[in-house]
Amino acid sequence: MDRRESLKWMMAVLATVPSWNVAAGGNASKGYGTDPDLVKRYRMGDLWPLTFDATQKAAAAALCSVIIPAYALSKSAAQLDVHVFIDEWVSAPYPRHVEDRKLIVEGLAWLDEESGQRFKKPFAKLALAEQHKICDDICWPAKAKAELAKAARFFARFRDLTADGYYSTPEGMKELGFTGNKASVNFDGPPVSALKKAGLI
Amino acid sequence: MPFITAATTQENYDVIVVGSGAAGGQTAYTLTMEGARVLMLEAGRNYDYVTETPMFQANGDAPLRGAGTPDKPFGFYDATIDGGWEVPGEPYSSDSDDPAKQFKWWRARMLGGRTNHWGRISLRNGPYDFKPRTRDGLGFDWPLSYDDVSPYYDKVEMLIGVYGDNNNLENTPDSPEGCLLPAPAARVGERLIKQRAGKLGVPVVPIHRAVLTKKLDHTVIPAKLHPGNAKAQRIIAKDMEARAACFWATPCFRGCSIRATYQSNAVHLPPALMTGNLDIVCNALVFEVTLDKDGKADGVLYIDRPTGNRHRARGRVVVLAASACESVRILLNSKSPRFPNGLANSSGKVGRYVMDTVGAGLSGQIPLLENMPLHNEDGAGGSHMYSPWWLYQQQLKGELDFARGYHIEMSSGRRMPGPGTVRMQAGAKAAYGRGFKEEAKRYYGSHVHFAGRGEMIPNEGSFCELDPVLKDKWGIPSLRFHWQWSAHETRQAAHMQKTFAAIIEAMGGRVMGKVEADGAKSIAAGGEIIHEVGGTIMGADAKNSVTNQWCQTWDVKNLFITDGGPFASNADKNPTLTIMALAWRSADYIIDQMRKGAL
Repeated sequence: MDRRESLKWMMAVLATVPSWNVAAGGNASKGYGTDPDLVKRYRMGDLWPLTFDATQKAAAAALCSVIIPAYALSKSAAQLDVHVFIDEWVSAPYPRHVEDRKLIVEGLAWLDEESGQRFKKPFAKLALAEQHKICDDICWPAKAKAELAKAARFFARFRDLTADGYYSTPEGMKELGFTGNKASVNFDGPPVSALKKAGLI
Repeated sequence: MPFITAATTQENYDVIVVGSGAAGGQTAYTLTMEGARVLMLEAGRNYDYVTETPMFQANGDAPLRGAGTPDKPFGFYDATIDGGWEVPGEPYSSDSDDPAKQFKWWRARMLGGRTNHWGRISLRNGPYDFKPRTRDGLGFDWPLSYDDVSPYYDKVEMLIGVYGDNNNLENTPDSPEGCLLPAPAARVGERLIKQRAGKLGVPVVPIHRAVLTKKLDHTVIPAKLHPGNAKAQRIIAKDMEARAACFWATPCFRGCSIRATYQSNAVHLPPALMTGNLDIVCNALVFEVTLDKDGKADGVLYIDRPTGNRHRARGRVVVLAASACESVRILLNSKSPRFPNGLANSSGKVGRYVMDTVGAGLSGQIPLLENMPLHNEDGAGGSHMYSPWWLYQQQLKGELDFARGYHIEMSSGRRMPGPGTVRMQAGAKAAYGRGFKEEAKRYYGSHVHFAGRGEMIPNEGSFCELDPVLKDKWGIPSLRFHWQWSAHETRQAAHMQKTFAAIIEAMGGRVMGKVEADGAKSIAAGGEIIHEVGGTIMGADAKNSVTNQWCQTWDVKNLFITDGGPFASNADKNPTLTIMALAWRSADYIIDQMRKGAL
């Protein structure tokens, strides 16, 4: 991104979400109700319209991958579309989600604003080391400077949502070592190796 | 005789049963097996556990990864339909704004009611639990004893299938040979709890849950359940044979399409329907019991929920099994010149002495459970072990500052990941990135949670009545709740907190969150444990109770209440098994009295 583009982008950010104080609009759609189909496989965006525009989506995907990056054979959160799950989450019409929507949408705008001020590019275009520099200021809520308290709250919530989205995918479940959800004839209890590990034998 | 509509009900029935959960299911089962013609009215919709249960869906298949919402408070896959803490169009209210005086009322509007999602924990009350006042001077004695109920506990355990073990512990009854199915192997976390809690004097033994760890013996059990009744034996033998054993996957709260757990609609209703003696109308919200000129119940009025149309059904006997508080509501809304304060309420006790279970919880992170070798811990879709109350003697000697006991339910293990499974831990070394990912693996499955479930003593400040203003969408007055805990409950909650912290420490673990020594802060809100009972308590005297020991109202002899309403106390033991045992006993009495011409 050259300087002109970068300025254009900065102006766009400033024009849309200039500060924390702008409320992210509510989502007027209804929830899934008290009698949804429980056996159907749902896709993100099936039930209510998603929120993120291209800028927000790019920032969310980039932050997802900083929080849960790819390494060895394991995929990153963005590779598993966790940013789309976060979009689904903040787009839901329930009270907790409406709260998260404000925090996340404004937080993503802050992230780009901060990136622009420090590195003249949106967060998604920064080098990994630059992304880390920004995250390092806000990733430990207890250590964050007072003026970054809200950004730290955003990061903590975004991290929780990234973990929720990532570890509920088939790949994420495998990554954790979940081996259940399979029918079997017997339940034998823990293997000897597990009992040894816990000091039980 | 099967599922029918208001347009096709018969002119008259032997018995009308209101509700299709544990109480209605057991009542209808026993009555129809003995030849009575029964009409069951269920307020919710029909529900097919075979096709509607999400058996292997992962959280990733659900909206919001299955997280709870106001529409589905216990998560997307919880087997509750048209219910939860709120039922649209069917409100209830609280008398007070004080957060310490709230009552939350969980309802479901579906065939089988709350038995679809329940925890399947099936504990017998012990001998003390039926005579608590005799033991410590508080609350009420029941007008029956453990020996009166134990044959029915035997029968219910054999019918529905309950796993567990006999441990010869105080006031924690053993079951006779042949009643229980084998307990499943304990998980590694449960074994560690047993080892470490044991050193503190807290016993950890197999819990009892209504899950088939093997198939029921259809060659032996039917004759024990229905001696001398060849037709009933044949029907239940055939149905037992059709129930599959647990295949050790998918949590029970989703329901079970293979019938390996007890749900009324999967266990009680199929054989009852097979007798040909049962009609079921769904979406039928009963709001009034009607009387004939002699003051006997002659039927009920109900609303077809989708259309709002009102209908009548007639029967010789009416059984309310609508859940403790809903049955109270029906009685209080059944006003007549003879019963201006509500039906069967000459004692003024209808709605009084509502009890829930004392609940408090604490979690811990246990380093010994980190980085476990991969293995499948799904097991029987719920807990395998628990701690029955262990301080009866200390309580008797006055060494504790609260009168009644609690048991400990525990959870641990490598459960199916979903929202909340991975969180940055206190003392984490990485806040994001590869380190965060590595720590997620390390900590997964290393958490334990303890939930105390304790006895609440009935008190004058915990009751429900009709709200003078609030009505449901059909214009039927709603319930208004009053709630208060006594120091016996709040001190018990504080004791739970201290005990759980001690166990977590004994496991070498770290308590997560705060150990809340103020019981008033750690106790769950009234109703939140969803064990509400009382409201139509049984007693030995018509002046201060609503029913006799047969769950028969003192005022109207052909009106019975077989849900948790007649409970005179609410032992720490989860109420469902006792509801079923008493419902079976009551149904036997109804049959006996009908045969004698007394009803």
